[in-house]
Amino acid sequence: MLSARDLTKEYQSGTTRLAVLKLVSFDIPQGSFVSIVGPSGSGKTTLLGLLAGLDTPSGGSVTLDGTDLTRLTEDERALVRGEKVGFIFQTFQLIPTLTAMENVQVPLELRGESGSAERAHSLLTRVGLADRMDHFPTQLSGGEQQRVAIARAFSNSPRILFADEPTGNLDGDTGARIVELLEELNRESGSTIIIVTHDITLAQRAGRMIRLKDGVVVEDVSKPAA
Amino acid sequence: MSVPQQGQKRWSKIAGLAWRESRTARRRLLLYMSSISLGVAALVAIDSFASNVQQSIRAQARDLMGGDVSFSSNAKLSAPLQSVLDSLNTHGMPVATVVSFISMASDTRSGGTRLAQIKAVTTGYPFYGNIVTAPEGQWARLQQGPYAIVDPALLIALDAKVGDSLAIGYVKFEIIGAVKSMAGQSDASLVMAPRVFLPDRYASETQLLGFGSRASYEWLVKLPPTITSTNFVKPLRPKFQNEHVRVVTVVQRETNIAESVQQLADFLGIVGLIALLLGGIGVASGVNAFVTRKIDTVAVLRCLGATSGQVLAIYVAQSAVMGFIGAAAGVLLGIAIQFALPVAIKNFLPLDVSVTIDWRAISMGLAIGVWVALVFALRPLLALRRVSPLQALRRDTAALDAERNKDVATHLVNIALIGSVLLLAFQRAGSLRRGAMFAAGIGGSMLVLWLSAAALSYVARRVVTPRWPYVIRQGVANLYRPANQTRSVVLALGFGAFLVSTLYLVQANLLKQFEVTAAQSKANLIFFDIQDDQRAGLDSILKSQGQRALGYTPIITMKVSAINGRTPAAWAASQGIPANNWALRREFRSTFRDTIVATEKITDGKWFGSAQLPDSLSELSLEESPASEMHVKVGDIITWDVQGVPVSTQITSLRSVNWGRFEPNFFAVLQPKALKDAPRTYATIAAVQSDSVIALLQRSSVARFPNISSMDLSLVRRTIGQIVAEVSVAVRFLALFSLAMGIPVLFSAVAATRRDRLREGVLLKTLGATSRQIARILLSEYALLGALGALTGMVLSFAGAWGLVHFIFGGTFAPALLPAAMIALAMMALAIAIGLLTGRDVFRETPMAALRES
Ligand SMILES: Nc1ncnc2c1ncn2[C@@H]1O[C@H](COP(=O)(O)OP(=O)(O)OP(=O)(O)O)[C@@H](O)[C@H]1O
Ligand SMILES: [Mg+2]
Repeated sequence: MLSARDLTKEYQSGTTRLAVLKLVSFDIPQGSFVSIVGPSGSGKTTLLGLLAGLDTPSGGSVTLDGTDLTRLTEDERALVRGEKVGFIFQTFQLIPTLTAMENVQVPLELRGESGSAERAHSLLTRVGLADRMDHFPTQLSGGEQQRVAIARAFSNSPRILFADEPTGNLDGDTGARIVELLEELNRESGSTIIIVTHDITLAQRAGRMIRLKDGVVVEDVSKPAA
Repeated sequence: MSVPQQGQKRWSKIAGLAWRESRTARRRLLLYMSSISLGVAALVAIDSFASNVQQSIRAQARDLMGGDVSFSSNAKLSAPLQSVLDSLNTHGMPVATVVSFISMASDTRSGGTRLAQIKAVTTGYPFYGNIVTAPEGQWARLQQGPYAIVDPALLIALDAKVGDSLAIGYVKFEIIGAVKSMAGQSDASLVMAPRVFLPDRYASETQLLGFGSRASYEWLVKLPPTITSTNFVKPLRPKFQNEHVRVVTVVQRETNIAESVQQLADFLGIVGLIALLLGGIGVASGVNAFVTRKIDTVAVLRCLGATSGQVLAIYVAQSAVMGFIGAAAGVLLGIAIQFALPVAIKNFLPLDVSVTIDWRAISMGLAIGVWVALVFALRPLLALRRVSPLQALRRDTAALDAERNKDVATHLVNIALIGSVLLLAFQRAGSLRRGAMFAAGIGGSMLVLWLSAAALSYVARRVVTPRWPYVIRQGVANLYRPANQTRSVVLALGFGAFLVSTLYLVQANLLKQFEVTAAQSKANLIFFDIQDDQRAGLDSILKSQGQRALGYTPIITMKVSAINGRTPAAWAASQGIPANNWALRREFRSTFRDTIVATEKITDGKWFGSAQLPDSLSELSLEESPASEMHVKVGDIITWDVQGVPVSTQITSLRSVNWGRFEPNFFAVLQPKALKDAPRTYATIAAVQSDSVIALLQRSSVARFPNISSMDLSLVRRTIGQIVAEVSVAVRFLALFSLAMGIPVLFSAVAATRRDRLREGVLLKTLGATSRQIARILLSEYALLGALGALTGMVLSFAGAWGLVHFIFGGTFAPALLPAAMIALAMMALAIAIGLLTGRDVFRETPMAALRES
């Protein structure tokens, strides 16, 4: 369960205070597939950062499985991320000096877990990259890089996965396949998935869609369970 | 509108765009280019200072000498020669005489007693150079009575004041003034033996110029402006030199002083070269970092229609501007150092150096600085030509390296780079051979460092196993991953450590000579010039204070009259050594004894007693340095002139002597039988506990035997200790300065990959890494790089310092392990600190950066 309560984020720019998020509240039950949409500059990335504990809000709180993230220190939040959270970025953010395989292993290695190689192997096979394990990121296409990033995001079996415009840098077909992959993994693993996207058709595939405008939730619709 | 005009316009637009674009990076580029500043500073300071010294020598040589030509000898002139000088006087060329000898001087009021250099001078001395006295104008009065003008140090040592009466030998002089300033003589030598100037006509009355005295005589001639000193001495020189009279013109004196400053200049010249090269490396690695950051911009510029030549020109122009600013800052710093230098080392300089701005040195420094900065910057900048517009679509850092070393321009830049280093080495080293040696040393060290970096990458790849903790594995793996920084950091750090440590080791070795003299010995009061019949009297004086003489050492003065049956001149000619070689001409103060003493070591042959020699021949043990000066070895026959009596000896051993203990030591030691009947004086030493007893003993011996000189050795040792302390401060300053040179270079070296490490650290943080984990990853990488670079540099520096000391300064090299290890450690700590600094920046960034970065 992920809860946002009265989340507010303000940026100081010069003398004026700019409120980017204003009193945003919602609950997301475990295992949901949620999309966040809204015009550019509406505060989607900011909200995602707060929900994932990458940043601290100016007001309100974020609670993940009963832990109030806003009360933790930077390092404690890092540990929570390593334990429960996965990430997918628009620009993939693979470490350029590591191979596909090594990139997937990183979150497990950071937790000091053994058997990371086997898990990375099976995840990369799952995303269809069995023959690309030893390639460096620059040797992969955008879609392939994003699949490596997905494998990495799932490597620590996260309770919750955040994706900020994961298809933004990909063509329509490849983007659709990425979202399909996410759906399948959501079903298989029971992880919560929160995805930010501009593509309204992709967004509508999610079980629930939250629409932001000027830092306020203007729409929050759930598909009736199929 | 014509086509070239259009090209011109587009060109200036692109240049303007690039300049605006560089807004944020300009400061960074300036930082990299300023690596050159310290090198330029060193260059400007050293060259300006050297030229200041040259000028001062030219301006002061005449003042230093006091005349245009100097004749000097250890004895009075023979009648014919004296008449030559007398006739000069009547031909409008005045001659002044200076008789110098060592004697005790005691103040009759305070009772203070001290060894002094007595200088008995005639009217006219000095012909050049102004002597300022306190009270003023006393020098003109000197000749008018039994007056003395003394160095201020003597007043202090004797607790005397102007108006006191000063006893020297059997005459009492009134102190009428102190020398406030006079050309020549560094402060250090005046502390050891302060001067007393007397009118020459009282010199003989002191009765100190008789047997056993060590008086030296100098005759100074003032020439009319129409006669040059060189032409003047030409007909006189052979006549005087035949009778062992040294003839020196003011021109020769000038070159002699210039040479004595040469070793200092040589050493500083190397410092300048090293600083400059380090700066060049800093520029190269810094610009390399700059270039990796500029790939995106250049790709966009290329998309907008810039040619690769234009791109290159834009960034070369930027570098040139920043290089000029960096070099100019160096020039300003150099001028500041130039002004500070003469103050810092004035005690060691044989003359006053007046500091003037030297435009030649400044423009040289500026030109060389900009040139070195550009040449070193050019190599990484060339890579920008290979950035294709495609880079804008897909970033690929490895693309820069792909085509390296494969085109003409790269070869040209490489040649220019090597050529510049060679040229600099030759210019600084002063000779082709030395320049080649420098260049070879620098090239060799680069190669060794490059190889050890490659080996580190190789070993790292082999040894990493999954059993290691992740963070260490990650750090070590950074050493061999694509686009790693192993080679550039090891090279920059290692070369930095190498140069800094070499510099330090060479300094330490040059200073070793001083340290030897600081060695301790219990004996602290020495008496010399004791005549045979005065021994018993001196014994009783010592005994009255509960002291005793630690044996009497006989001293016999002698000169070389023949070597292997040839006259010194013939021997010198046959050996190809200069006829005026000091060892062949000097008055040896030798002794005889059966045993070898603690301060001596036999280096060749055997001590007396084992050789079977005929009665007419005695054994001789010679110290190494006169032996090598005279080109003689064990087995050679030296015939001595012992005050008119010939004594034949065969060298049966060579010795090295530790002179540092200030005990009676000798170049030549003979078998007793050789000198049984020779006229002699004695020296003796005593170990006295308290300073007041030393003063008392000196006073009573002078009162009874004015010809006996004595010296408080603890005073001498203290003085030398002081000099050593001053020199050590200078050394420490230089070492710090060199270390400071290493810092910007190291920063530049890690700058290239710093951004990658930072970006990676932030991403890892997003993926759940804690601060400790990231710190450990960075630490293991930088510690390994630092350790390898610093240690390799240290090992190399021993080779480098050995080479410099051995081939250039002509000494023996003693490795100073501890300081070199300290320097290596400091460099290592620096590398680790930079690693940790990167870590700190990772924590400054919020993980949000990973979301926002594109
Ligand atoms: N560090 C910052 N300082 C000031 N304002 C900021 C900062 N970061 C974001 N903003 C502002 O906050 C607002 C919301 O930004 P955010 O990135 O969350 O929008 P978004 O909905 O993700 O937009 P897009 O769809 O274009 O990615 C924007 O107006 C942006 O200018
Ligand atoms: Mg966004």
